[in-house]
Order: sequence, then structure tokens, then C-alpha cells
Amino acid sequence: MTCTEFLAQLDDMLDQDAAIPLRADLQEHLRECDHCEVTLSTTRTTIQIYRSHELYELPEDLRERLHKAIMAKCKKC
Amino acid sequence: MSAAVQILKPFMSSSIQPQGAAEVHPDVLLVERARRGDMAAYEKLVKQYDRQVFRIAQHIVQNREDAEDVVQDAFLKAYQKLDQFQGNSKFYTWLVRIAVNESLMRLRKRRTGRMVSIDEDVETEEGSMPRDLADWSPDPEALYGQSEMADILRRTIQGLPPGFRVVFVLRDVEGLSTEETAETLGLSIPAVKSRLLRARLQLRERLSRYFKRRNGQAQGGEK
Repeated sequence: MTCTEFLAQLDDMLDQDAAIPLRADLQEHLRECDHCEVTLSTTRTTIQIYRSHELYELPEDLRERLHKAIMAKCKKC
Repeated sequence: MSAAVQILKPFMSSSIQPQGAAEVHPDVLLVERARRGDMAAYEKLVKQYDRQVFRIAQHIVQNREDAEDVVQDAFLKAYQKLDQFQGNSKFYTWLVRIAVNESLMRLRKRRTGRMVSIDEDVETEEGSMPRDLADWSPDPEALYGQSEMADILRRTIQGLPPGFRVVFVLRDVEGLSTEETAETLGLSIPAVKSRLLRARLQLRERLSRYFKRRNGQAQGGEK
């Protein structure tokens, strides 16, 4: 397996979607290729970091204001 | 007939035909009550999903005032279209689709009428091999404070083309499946997968520049 072929399956590796025979090939490539090993681990970390940080929080006072506005508009429908 | 089906049956309209009681999502019952004029039921749906809609809108429009407008417009439009909700998709993905469309319309208005679509700035060729070989060690989370890291993440994701950004946000941040993301954005599954891969690799590469720089500084300081 080449690095380009590995990269084409990267999402399936990250999402645990790769079929089992293919997964074995991917694992074998990883054992031999530092470049792809690093790409896999840092891409996985990228996703984890984005999942674990709330980038755009909705403050409670704004939330209440939006609720009131939404429900008032809906009642007028 | 099971007790669960007996309880659910009075709430079902002809437009919602569940295959079994176990498959009926609680949102479907709230939608059905809201259709019959129960405003408290709709308010429950608003409270359940307002944070997610706000996040998605802000990721797309990148402006807090516009994101506030999108939240209001999306929930109002969803309310007006409740009769069109068939119950064969999740209410949440149906709502997100409305919110994404409202966000793109808002972007178009801000850009003085220029069309904005999720295809904008999306190149069609396959992703190239990542250039960077450096691992992130120690853990980047240990290098930054919470707010500094959030700032880096915001700046990094804002640099992605909208068509990649929205796929990454729906799939990886909000946790929609590939199929739900495709349905929400009106894209094919291969298109979602291709954009997701490119978004993930671009973000990884952009973050790498920050983390390597800080890591270099930390190691330099130890000498």
C-alpha cells in the first residue's frame, strides 16, 4: 500500500469504518510508515480538540432574549 | 398492541407513520403537539437545539449579530414549515438544513448580493499528501490555556473555505453521520467524504504550524 492509497482511506480509519481486510492492510502500512502514522495521530487529535472546545457559546442572557423573540414571532403566525 | 404503542397512537397524524414504537423519536411527539398549537412543545424544541443552531450559524456567518438573526429566522421558518416535516428524518437534521440555508442567505446579503453556496472555493482535485512529518508532542492542550486554544481553533477553522468548514462542523463537531451531513447539505456521500478529508487535513496542517512553533519555544526555553 502506498501513502496515497493510505490517505484515501484515512477517514475510514478515523471513523472506524474500514472493512476488516482493508484495516489489516492499513495497519501494516502504519507499522512501516512514520509519515502516515503521524498524519493519522495528529488528524485524530485535531478532531478531538475541536470536539472538546466550545468555540461559540450562547450566553444565557442572549439565549433568553432569543427565546422570547422566537416564541413571540411564532405566536403571531 | 404494546402499552407504548397505545400511548403514542393518539398523537400520531397521518403524515407520521412510524415503523415501530421503539423508533419514534421524542422530538416527533413534540412536533406533533406543536402542530396542534401547543407552543410549550415548540419551546422545548427551541431550548433543546438553540445552542447547536447558534454554533453552526456562527461557524458559517462568522459574525455574532448575523448568527443571532439566523437562530431566530431558522426557528421561525421551521415553525411555519412544521407541516412539511415528514418524520422520516430527525427533526434536528431537518432544522439544521434550514439553519444552514439561512446562514448562507445571510452571507450573501452581507456580500452585497453575491451568491454564496457551499460549493464556494471548493477545489475538486483530491487532497495532496500532507507535507508535515512532525508529531504533536507534548499534548497541545498542555501548551495553551483554554481561551488561547479556543482563539487558535477559531482562527484556524475560519480560514477554511465555507464548503469545507460546514462539512467539518456538521460531521466532526456536531456529530452528524456522513449520511445526515449529505442529506442536510444536499450533497452526495462521496462529496461529503472528500470535503471532510480535505477539511481535516487542512486544519491539521494549520494547527501544526501553531503547535510546532509553541513547542519549539518551550524546548528553546528549557535549554
